[in-house]
Parts: sequence; C-alpha cells; structure tokens
Amino acid sequence: MIEPTPLQQERLQGIAGYLADDAAAEFDRLIYERIRLGIMSALMVNASLSFGALKELLKTSDGNLSTHARKLEEAKYIGVKKTFENRVPKTVYRLTEKGRRAFERYLNHMEALIKASRGN
Amino acid sequence: MNSEYTETNSSTSVQNHALGHLGYIRETIESSMSFTAIPGRAIALVGFTAIVAAWFAYQAQTEFQWLMIWLTEAAIAFVMGSYGMIQKARQADVSLLRGAGRRFLLSLSPPIAVAAFLTAVFYHHGLFHIMPGMWLLLFGVGVLSAGVFSVRPVPLMGFTFMACGVLTYVFPAAWSNVMMAIGFGIVLIIFGFIIAKRYGG
Repeated sequence: MIEPTPLQQERLQGIAGYLADDAAAEFDRLIYERIRLGIMSALMVNASLSFGALKELLKTSDGNLSTHARKLEEAKYIGVKKTFENRVPKTVYRLTEKGRRAFERYLNHMEALIKASRGN
Repeated sequence: MNSEYTETNSSTSVQNHALGHLGYIRETIESSMSFTAIPGRAIALVGFTAIVAAWFAYQAQTEFQWLMIWLTEAAIAFVMGSYGMIQKARQADVSLLRGAGRRFLLSLSPPIAVAAFLTAVFYHHGLFHIMPGMWLLLFGVGVLSAGVFSVRPVPLMGFTFMACGVLTYVFPAAWSNVMMAIGFGIVLIIFGFIIAKRYGG
C-alpha cells in the first residue's frame, strides 16, 4: 500500500470535498454530455452566442442543441433571450453567474484530478 | 503487485478522462473565440475592389498617382473590413472589444502601423517599387499572428500573403501590380469565401 504525501492528501481531500458537494455533483452530471460541455465552454469566452452560432460551432442539429440548452437553462447555468430580428426569431444564450462559478469549480476539479493522478 | 498495477491503471484512466474533457473545452473555446471575429464576406468583397485598384494602378501616369490609388484602396478596405466585423459581431451578439475581436485587432494593428510608417519613409526617399512587397509581407505577418489562435484558414491566409510578399521581391518590379492583385485580390476572395461559408459569414 502506497502512502500519499501530505500534498497528495490535501489534493485528494479537495477532490473528495468537490464530489461530496451536491451542487458540484449536479453540474458534473449535466456537463458529462459533450454538447452541454461545449455550450458552457463557448459561453465562458463569449458574452453571448446565438442559437445559430452555437449550432455551427458544435456541429449539431437544431433538436439536439435545443434539448441540451434547455437542460442547462433549467439548471439556471445559462440564460436565454428570444427576440426578433427583421421579423425572424432569434435566440441568444448567455452564461449566468451560477453557471460561471460552477464551470470554474469544475475546471479546478479537473486540474486537481490530473495533478493528483500524476502524483506531483 | 496486482493492486499496484490496478491503481496505476485507474489513475491513468482518471487522468485521461480529465485530460479529454479539458482538451475538448480548450478546443471549443478556441473555435468559439475565432468564430465571430473575421468577416469572410467583407474580405472577399475587399478582394474584388483590390483587383479593380490593381487595374487602375497599372494605368497610373505617375508614381504619386499609383500610391494614391493604393492608399485609397487601403482606406476602402479598412472601412469595408471594419463594417464587416461590426456586422458579424452584431449578428452573433458579441462585443468586438472582448475576446476574438479584440485579439484580432490587437494582433493586426502593430504590423499595419509599421506598414503605414514605412510607406511614409519610402515615399520620402522615393522608394515606391519596394512598397508592394512590404505591404504584403506586413499584412501577412499581422494576419498570421492574429490567426495563431484562430481557425486554420486564417494563419494559412497570413502565410500566403507573406509568400506573395517574398515573390514580389523575386519578380521584376513591373509585376508588382499583378502581385498586389493576387495577394490583396485573389487570396482575399478565396479565403473570404472559405471563412464566410465555414465560419458564420
């Protein structure tokens, strides 16, 4: 049995804390699907993106994108604004503050996982 | 020994999973950042105006007239390019002052400023014949550096401009209008259409 170093122990505790957190676990479940991870990632670096832009970026169908976007919207990770432009309906998505915080925590968690598994 | 093997395997699997997710996030972020910045249709239109400018420049009576034609074309290209970027950003509902647009402008501005400065210096010394190669090379440097974090056609377009710039110095000076038509005309039209078709306008 290999004893973890104090640094590894600290990281493992951090990961355990993250996994024990209900909000983090909920985010993990949602983000596991690639399209949802893609939507969140794209909205992290763009103030907002239209439905068409996201569809082209993630190379997915209308139905698929709207299903996944709705799940993120229900969890309040993203906000949606529906408007009309030249009488054509336009849907624009933005990341909410809750979504931004959850995504940042998720990134930190992934980073900690990599560091812990590398053991340095 | 077996437990150590299993531990190593599971640790590698976790690491691969995390790396896979982070890789996908980085890829999506990079694509989405470059998605909105470059106006394909607008730069294709600029390409057409550059071919017209090359035709007028070919018929110019004096070197000063020749320079004025290309400076007018540069001003037209600036207006059309800026308008295209603003329109594209508006369609995607993003700000040009952040993310991809900001990075593109910051990367492109220094070489353009250097080109403007060198144009004034060369004009002062009457070195008109070395201006086209310098313009193509510096514009290529700007597009190449702006395109480092962008979609693949952008750095390739920058590299093509630089190659045109080098060839302008290889071929006789009399060919400079042709090289300008190829670089600022045909290259912009081809890459403009590719970007417009594949990257949202």
